[in-house]
Amino acid sequence: MRFLVRRVGFLLVTLWAALTVNFFIPRLMPGNPAEAILAQFHGRLNPSALKAIEVALGIGGHQNLFTSYVDYLRNTLTGNFGISFSQGNVSVASLISRALPWSLGLVGISTIIGFVFGTVIGAVVAWRRGGTMDNVLPPTFIIVSAFPYFWVGLLSIWLFSLTLNWFPTLGGYTATSTLSWSWSSFTDILSHAVLPAFTIVITSVGGWILTMRNNMITVVAEDYVKMARAKGLTPRRILWQYAGRNALLPNLTGFAMSLGFVISGAILVEYVFNYPGVGFLLLQAVNNEDYPLMQALFFLIAVVVIVAIFISDIATALLDPRTRNNR
Amino acid sequence: MKRPHLLRSAASAGRFLRRDKKALIGSIILFVLLVIAAFPSWFTPDDPAAEVYNPGAGLSWAHPLGTTSFGQDVFSQVMAGTRQSVMIALVVGFLCTILSVAVGVTAAYAGGLIDDTLSLVTDVILVIPTFPLIIVIAAYTKSASFWTIVFVLVVTGWSYGARQLRVQALSLRNRDYLLAARARGESSWYIISVELIPPMTSLIVANFLGAALYAVLAAAGLQFVGLGNVNTESWGTMLYWAQNNEALSAGLPLWALAPGIMIAILGSALALLNYAFDEVSNPALRPVAGRRRRKAVA
Amino acid sequence: MSTPVLEVRDLRVEYSTPAGPAEAVAGVSFDLAPGEFLAIVGESGCGKSTLLFSIAQLLTYPAETVGGSVKFDGVDLTTLSPEELRQHRWRDISVVMQSAMNALNPTLSIGAQLADACRAHTDWDDEKIAQRSAEVLEMVSIDVTHLKSFPFQLSGGMRQRAMIAMALLLEPKLIIMDEPTSALDVVAQRSLMRQVENLRRELGFAVLFVTHDMSVVSHFSDRLAVMYAGEIVELGTTREVFDRPRHPYSSGLMDAFPSIVGAMKELTGIAGNPPSLVDPPQGCLFAPRCHFATDECREFRPELISVEGHAVRCHLVNPRVVT
Repeated sequence: MRFLVRRVGFLLVTLWAALTVNFFIPRLMPGNPAEAILAQFHGRLNPSALKAIEVALGIGGHQNLFTSYVDYLRNTLTGNFGISFSQGNVSVASLISRALPWSLGLVGISTIIGFVFGTVIGAVVAWRRGGTMDNVLPPTFIIVSAFPYFWVGLLSIWLFSLTLNWFPTLGGYTATSTLSWSWSSFTDILSHAVLPAFTIVITSVGGWILTMRNNMITVVAEDYVKMARAKGLTPRRILWQYAGRNALLPNLTGFAMSLGFVISGAILVEYVFNYPGVGFLLLQAVNNEDYPLMQALFFLIAVVVIVAIFISDIATALLDPRTRNNR
Repeated sequence: MKRPHLLRSAASAGRFLRRDKKALIGSIILFVLLVIAAFPSWFTPDDPAAEVYNPGAGLSWAHPLGTTSFGQDVFSQVMAGTRQSVMIALVVGFLCTILSVAVGVTAAYAGGLIDDTLSLVTDVILVIPTFPLIIVIAAYTKSASFWTIVFVLVVTGWSYGARQLRVQALSLRNRDYLLAARARGESSWYIISVELIPPMTSLIVANFLGAALYAVLAAAGLQFVGLGNVNTESWGTMLYWAQNNEALSAGLPLWALAPGIMIAILGSALALLNYAFDEVSNPALRPVAGRRRRKAVA
Repeated sequence: MSTPVLEVRDLRVEYSTPAGPAEAVAGVSFDLAPGEFLAIVGESGCGKSTLLFSIAQLLTYPAETVGGSVKFDGVDLTTLSPEELRQHRWRDISVVMQSAMNALNPTLSIGAQLADACRAHTDWDDEKIAQRSAEVLEMVSIDVTHLKSFPFQLSGGMRQRAMIAMALLLEPKLIIMDEPTSALDVVAQRSLMRQVENLRRELGFAVLFVTHDMSVVSHFSDRLAVMYAGEIVELGTTREVFDRPRHPYSSGLMDAFPSIVGAMKELTGIAGNPPSLVDPPQGCLFAPRCHFATDECREFRPELISVEGHAVRCHLVNPRVVT
């Protein structure tokens, strides 16, 4: 319990740090972009859009820094992100809530698939140490994991979509159709999701395989695995309950830490595929200089990462009795 | 005391490169890329920026990788772009490593409140998603110059290494030989630089390589979405222009794929070397002589 | 004479190193009678743990058994397939390792680890497993509530006793112990040895015990084997080996231990280092360090020769018969 409380505390601190960073970046950049932006848009936008920028950047009026900061915090935590002027003056919150499910679906599922596959393959490869798989897979995946996500995306588009015509190229669904709770919509979405998901899985799985393999190798050399053999347990039981269980723990922590990396890659994948998720929205916002949208998205992504880390912490606590009591 | 250790390390590094195939391949690739980066003019038959050729041409002897929609030679562009990427990798890698070592070792050595504070800062930066952060920062500075990108990457990239180094430094810190050095009355500087850091060399090198790899991929990503300086020659900006001109659908796939392949090659070299150094720090990971196939457990 | 529970013949183990194969066990042979307590004593690196794990068929790369046979109740374990071997494990031979902290799975409860072994070899139902687990814990004086505890929640001594309890689960004929007392303080050591001895008397299992500290076994073992550089150099009843060590190395070892009673003697060590296992000397492996070595010693490897139940590997004790 104490462990979880500490972790929650830490994650809240991180959240606060992300918010603060978000607030101060426009102010700290050379030339104080915050003021410049406001001045630049002053004549061009209607008052509500201006207000949106003020809310996002936390400036406006001639308040002092501290009051602006408090206002900003209050606004963000109550979900008042203002209006996105580049997307037809819709509220930022509604834009985000439309895009979020796409990202959660694509990135969430791909990451989980990648992690599960990677962990299982890594465990089995390490188990058969010195076999062909062990000699071939690690170097292959070291190389594959060094490929940039977006390039793998481009490659898949060129190969599977344009050349072989197996899958559609862009978007989350066929642009001309409308979505509904129907089977055809479902398959449409699915076919659009395959290539992006494939890209994410292929590039990230290598990392999981390698980490799990390395952990397994260390664990298999431990005395309790030898002891398990001495007890005459079946190899399968030893692999999963003794070696795998213990090798998985540091892997889970590693999962949390590399989540940021996966999300970064996912943003680019969404961009390449024009997938209507949060990452694509972010890059659109950047191109349109839509600061309220940008800031809100950054905050949101930070929250998602933090929540995911918290979930993996809970999983670790469940699997590792030591963390439950001691730390 | 100092000299022999360094010389020994250099000698063992040489032996190591010869023995481990991964490290060898990685080093060769890196070396070739370094040469191209240092002397791009040797490898660019045409001026990379000159838009004088037949746009959208296919492969030919004159243009081994075809031309762009603007009529530029793809091959020359790709070669010229090497310098930026290699430079970013080296500079960011180097700066990140210095920061990681400084923070990680200080935290481990000082302990107590200093350690707690530094660790908290490290962990917080580690959790905050860096690429969105980089995007946001780059967006505010509009067209990011080389040094802006370097700054942003270093500020966001040092934390992973700091964490790793701190863990290792902690495990070394309580070893007897360090306690002996303290008992002898050696100064902290001496202990840190002569006794604590040298044994961590392979981990530090692995970190450098990891940071370099991160820099290459992140910089390419930034440039790809147009946040770098789109008028410079680099692999990322080539991809940007290719994407914006729909190279893939326009039948000019090489324009988009070639720079990506180069990034992949540089990345692979760094990753292979990184992994090889991981094996040095952890001998259990080294390849097992598979004369006949062994299972880990009978 | 009933069948020995263990017959080891000419066992050889090699480690593959970058410098070539190192012979860690160089032809060891001995018998173990049912219910007998045999202690194997030697300095670090002499190959005693390797010998133990080779007998238990638990070696992994880079170590490999390259020769000899190990007969348990007449069955040669080295010729069995992994699945056949598995049947013998724990039921016939169980193992107690050096560090219980490392030998127990940190993420499973004690009860689960006891149940593991039961389920792998018997068809007992949950109730019977729980009953037997409680029985063995009681034998080593651990409270039954600890079935739910995890290894990190127990003290060092308790963990070691839990390992012994685990070893007794299926009433094996032979228990192999690899320095189980090294991690304990002197008082806990004594208590553990007493417990092992009591159980042995009650249940009748044989014990193969490896240690670098002979004082631990001196009051409990029936026979004592002294090991050096992968060979057994002396083997006899504990009393004999202690009171009248014949091999120069054994007497060197005895001299190195100060006695609490009696006149104060000057402590002598054994100068020099153990030989390289990759490139061992041609003759007797101890010759380079032996005060009494002759040219014959340096040229010819002595055999382990038994005279009146006491075996010694030394030319000076058992002169070579030149044919």
